[in-house]
Amino acid sequence: MVSANGPAQGSESAEKETGFSFFPFLITFVLMFVTWIVLSGKFDALLLGLGVISSLMIAYFFHDLLFPNVKPGVMRVCFKFLQFIPWLILEIVKANFHLLFLVFHPRMKEMIDPHIIVFKTNLKSDLAITTLANSITLTPGTITVTASRDGVFRVHAIDRPSAESLPGVMLEKVANVFGETL
Amino acid sequence: MIIFFSCVAIGLCLLMALPLVRCLFGPTVLDRLIGVNAIGSKTVVLLLLIGFLYERVDMFVDIALAYAFLNFVAVIAASRYFHKRKGLYEESFMD
Amino acid sequence: MDILVIICLVLGFLFFLGGAVGILRMPDFYSSLHPAGKLDTLGILAMVMGLALYNLHHFSLEAVLVSIKMFLIVFFVFLSSPTATHSIVDAGMRAGLRPWTQKKGKE
Repeated sequence: MVSANGPAQGSESAEKETGFSFFPFLITFVLMFVTWIVLSGKFDALLLGLGVISSLMIAYFFHDLLFPNVKPGVMRVCFKFLQFIPWLILEIVKANFHLLFLVFHPRMKEMIDPHIIVFKTNLKSDLAITTLANSITLTPGTITVTASRDGVFRVHAIDRPSAESLPGVMLEKVANVFGETL
Repeated sequence: MIIFFSCVAIGLCLLMALPLVRCLFGPTVLDRLIGVNAIGSKTVVLLLLIGFLYERVDMFVDIALAYAFLNFVAVIAASRYFHKRKGLYEESFMD
Repeated sequence: MDILVIICLVLGFLFFLGGAVGILRMPDFYSSLHPAGKLDTLGILAMVMGLALYNLHHFSLEAVLVSIKMFLIVFFVFLSSPTATHSIVDAGMRAGLRPWTQKKGKE
């Protein structure tokens, strides 16, 4: 993958005209083939050959669907994203116990206070906005209602404490992962 | 361990009755949709447990994967279908 | 090892129980989405992790492949559950359902 990175960067202007670039094609092919091997679980020559043929066809047709524009810093973003996931899971578990406590509380109707909050961020890329929206939805107590393309989020929060903690740390982390300014 | 798995499987089956109540008597269509989604996510785990009980996990894990896909597609399709029904209960307040 | 599996399964069962009770007890469907969408997700994570650990008792290539498939289920659920939740909320908003609030409940 590293060796394919060089020519993909160099001939970027030529690729825009032809509409075919090699680097997304390779990544899609490797991803599809690994998925094939995991799902089939057999290592015959026939099955592996069929897998290679179908992965090649899918990678040829849909190479621009999964990774539309590959920028040079994509490996760094992947690495930072892997660091982001354990923090996210820890946050999800902590907030889940809070919600569990809320559900089994006898006077739940007085403790919850559902309301909608609106806040604006400066995130630009679609991937960053999607990641932030999904992270907000996965953290219990808050659900993203709408997330527009220019970074306005409407969030339905179930009580005051989970609403107050919202646009702070998670936004910083996501902006750090995708290299955006706050 | 098999006995423990059977107990968990029976418990999950009993637990499915609670969202089923919401499914049957939910005031709006979307309440019923939430109930269906909750039952589906319990069914994925139940399929894996059945696989361990019959000692055919390699087969049942595929079924569970396909069921997770189907559950997702069903929820998306149903909620898109009820998308256009303006004024299910009250007037719209988004505008 | 068995104890770890049992802990995982019981924890997941607790999350599922909380989700099921929460669906029944919450006043309207916006707030009942909170337990439904996310306690169920974490319940699947805990239970499938426990089952994948139990599956690795007899270590072989097939067992490892089955465990990888189980993690694929978890990965897919983590991707799809926020999307499904968001889709339901969007449908409710466009249909014009008003969320239950504390003030409205006291009236």
